[in-house]
Formats: sequence, C-alpha cells, structure tokens
Amino acid sequence: MGQTISEKIISNHVGKKVYAGELVISKVDGAMASDTTGPLTIKAFKEMGGEKVFDPKKCALIIDHAAPSPNERIANLHKMMRDFAKEQGMRLFEIGEGICHQVMVENEYVKPGDIFIGADSHTPTYGALNAFACGVGSTDLAATMMTGKIWLKVPQTIQINCSGKLKEGVTAKDLILFLVGKVTVSGATYQAIEFTGEAFEGMSLASRMTIANMSSEMGAKTGIVHPKGLKLDYDFKAVIPDEDANYVKTFDFDVSGLEPQVSAPESPDNVHNISKYEGTKIDYAFIGTCCNGRLEDLDIAAEILRGKKIHPNVRMVIAPASQSVLLDAIGNGTMSTLIEAGASLITSGCGPCVGTHQGVPADGEVVISAANRNFRGRMGNPNSNIYLGAPSTVAASALEGHITNPKKYLL
Amino acid sequence: MAVKTNIKAKAHVYGNHIDTDRIIPGKYTKTLDLSTLANHVLEDLDPEFNKIVAQGDILVAGINFGCGSSREQAPLALKQAGISVVIARDFARIFFRNAINIGLPVLEISDHQIQKGAKLDVDLKNGIVKDLTANISYEATKLPDIMIAILNEGGLVNYLKKNGNYSL
Repeated sequence: MGQTISEKIISNHVGKKVYAGELVISKVDGAMASDTTGPLTIKAFKEMGGEKVFDPKKCALIIDHAAPSPNERIANLHKMMRDFAKEQGMRLFEIGEGICHQVMVENEYVKPGDIFIGADSHTPTYGALNAFACGVGSTDLAATMMTGKIWLKVPQTIQINCSGKLKEGVTAKDLILFLVGKVTVSGATYQAIEFTGEAFEGMSLASRMTIANMSSEMGAKTGIVHPKGLKLDYDFKAVIPDEDANYVKTFDFDVSGLEPQVSAPESPDNVHNISKYEGTKIDYAFIGTCCNGRLEDLDIAAEILRGKKIHPNVRMVIAPASQSVLLDAIGNGTMSTLIEAGASLITSGCGPCVGTHQGVPADGEVVISAANRNFRGRMGNPNSNIYLGAPSTVAASALEGHITNPKKYLL
Repeated sequence: MAVKTNIKAKAHVYGNHIDTDRIIPGKYTKTLDLSTLANHVLEDLDPEFNKIVAQGDILVAGINFGCGSSREQAPLALKQAGISVVIARDFARIFFRNAINIGLPVLEISDHQIQKGAKLDVDLKNGIVKDLTANISYEATKLPDIMIAILNEGGLVNYLKKNGNYSL
C-alpha cells in the first residue's frame, strides 16, 4: 500500500512501515523551545527526573517571544533558560538572533526527512523543508528532550493540490490565506497536509515556509510542501509520496486567477478577496513574524515604499525574522528604504505578534499585519482589530492609510 | 497523584473555536506563577468567569477548543482556576495533549447539547457524562491507551518519573 510523505518519514524513524491511525513511539531529530514555553519545559524536565538532554547538538532554546526582556519577571525566566542551556551544553539563541523557526532552518537544526518537535504551534513551518515537524506544549517537549522520543498517532493526510501559477503581485501569503479560508481553522485537526501542484513548485524556501507555517491555522499536526522544485544550499534526499498513497481528502484549486487576500477579525479563516476590505482605515502596519519576516517579505515592502512616506496617520513596525535577514536587508538597501519611508525597526524576534510588548495597539485601533493570527486580544489589546495580509498588502496599506490592493505598486 | 475519576459539578458553557489567546492572553503567559494564570483565565471571553468559577467546576465548549498557540499555560490556567474536566465537541490537538500531560482530563463528546449551568455527573474512567439537568447521558470518545496511562499517573511528569521512558 502506498504511503504519504508523513507516513514515509515516520516509517523511516520507527523502522517499519506504518500508516495513518497507528500509534508509534518515534525517535526525533531535533527539539526546541522558546521563552514562552521554555521555562515550563525546564521545570517539567527537572520534575520528571531529567538530567541530560538526549543530544545537546539536537536541542536548542530560543529567546524570541519577549526579547529583549520587557520586565524583571521575564528577565528572570530568560536567565533560567541561559543557565539551563549552559548546564546542558546546548545552544541558546540570544535576543535578536531571530525567531525560533527561522533560526532552526538557518542553522540546519532541521533537514529534509527529519522529525522535529518544537514547543511552539508554528513548528509545522519546517514542512517547507520536506520535514515532519510538529508543535507540542512544554511538558511534551521536556519529555522529548529527556528521551529523544515522542509518541504520535500517524496522521491521516489531506492533499491540497493547487494548479496554475500565481499572478504577478500575488504571493505565497495570499495563497495560504485563501487556503485557510477554504479549509477553515479546524478543517485539518489531527491531520497532516501535503501541499502539491504547480503553484508551489517555483516557490523559494521562504515562500514555502510561509505556506507550511499556516498549516497550524487549519489545526494540522504538520503541513509538508511537496519537495518538487525545492532548492537548498546542501544536497538532500527528498521524501515524496507514493502514487497510490491514501489521502483522507483532496482539495483541488486552480489558483491562476487568485487576487490578494485579507483575513478579517477575529479568526484567520475569515478570509476574503481584498476588494471586500479595500478602504478600511488602518492605524498600524506590521511586517514580521515566522510567517512573513524574511528577506523577500521586506524586499517587496521596500519595492512599494521606495522613495515614498507612509501615511501620516499610520505607524509601521518591522521585525526581521532573524539577524541574518536583518543583515541581508541592510546589505541590499531594503532596510534604509523602509526606515526612510517612516517604518520603525525593532529587534528580530516575534515582536508585537504575541501581544507582550513592542507595539500593542490602542482601544479601537485597526492593524494590518503580515502575521498569521488575528484572534481577539492577540496583539495584547482585546479592543483592537487585526487584519492579516501579505507584506505587499501591509506596505501598500501603510502608504495609503487604509487597506489597499498592492497590485498597482507592483505591476 | 491520580486524577479524581468521579466528578459531580456545575457546567460553564461556551462556544466554538475558543483559542488559547482567549483562554489565557499571551501577555500573561510568561510566568511560572500559576495563580497569575488563574486570575486572568478566559478574561477576554467572559470577564466574570474568574469570579463565578468554583473548585471542581466543569468547562464545556463546542468545536475546536484550545486552537491557536501551543502554550501549556492554557490548560494550566483552567486547572489552577479549579476546572476539574473540560468537555468539548472536539479539541485542537496541542491543547488536547497539553491538558492530558498536566493531568487535566478532557472528554470529547461530538454531539453534546449541554446548557449553561447544567449539573453534570462525570465518570472519567468509563467516559460517561450524565447531564442531570436535561436528563441525558453521553459517551465520550475513548482516549488512546497511552493517554489513559499518562492521565492515570496524573500527567506526563509523573508518568516519566515512574517509567523513565514511553511505552505502548
């Protein structure tokens, strides 16, 4: 019987052929926690009798969710993480080094065919790399760091096939927003997603990360982009599904006519063509996050804002996904273009996306954000509204002061 | 410490897709002080919740309960506030695992019609929920054996302390 990508990767790790529905205990190739989940992970690790992590080279801690520390309480939690990393001989990614998912990919903690467990819900991002990556909570992660294993139910797989090429000016973010709207926030719960078809084949690694990242917005356990067309700096053996693999459901979309998409408050699946919301006044524009804080995202914003100033009633925050992205954006001039246009640069990391600091919106304010979530209160104020769009849409909207189709600035 | 297997208590009933930002906003998650979590649990959904919840009460919801972030602070906040079991039509997967891992029982009942304020009698061992107010009995979806084993130990910390590793 044929296997999906997830079934193949898990089979390779447990030493026998397994299929959807089977319970397995699998070895893992990597594990990480952030400063939201790390302190509880460390506490649980010690309580469960953990002494040494299973492999310090395969485990990492990242300070990205509230970095640098906004208060003494969080400063002490960060210290706890630094102390634990030192004691274990594992790497701790410091404030400003970047968002957990970005630095795990940049530093090759995860590679094609791997099983990676992260204490962050956007861990499926590594599906861009043809890996089986799964988000868990702190105690699960502590157990993985201690044993090098995880228990899993082999997931059923939903195939999402997108034929056609995206139009000029329409990006991976527009495509994944469209798909989240169709599949809904609970449409893939407990299941894996395989993204396949022409629309993904020409995509950069960064765009594939944007796609896989929002698998979690459909409730998926993991979301893997078919490796056809994937280019990496190193040689790798791709895992591809068998032709007779069994899919629980298949979606087919021709996306060649897709327009820019916007997700309206207060659920990521409340997605419509941008035309429905064009003209909605905004106060605040944000580009960053594990979804859209990479160089191509900053570059497209710079292309729109070059030589212009953002609207006087709008403030704009930029949080590069990593230090490496920031350096590249300085090197190619993108960063000065954005700052000259009026944007404010903050530390590489999660920034205001998790509502802890660095740009909490005021009551009644409207945000256009390149992030992946717009739940009520997400950015720290339950009395604000968050619209999600592509970095291009965020930049065009910052320029005009209201939600704007970026097409006219890109064609 | 094993969890209590028979619970008779009042139901607090909420709707579908209650995300972890609503269970415990991100701004409160960065702490090891569980009472802080309990003080803010569900505050953006129901500002009164913290005042009306009593020790042992039951939380009931619709579909996709606990969607969004992986924060274990969400089930911890509910447990610390006194919630003894969460019943939902279905759960987001990370929340589901987290709840079991910290020893908060969760029951999936896809067709429940439990109303606000209902008195429930929950038999955790057999997954039977009796709605004493509406006089209806429900059977929850059976948990995988490994989750039952973890829950029986009161959570994953105790399970691993005892067993040292996973076993199926």
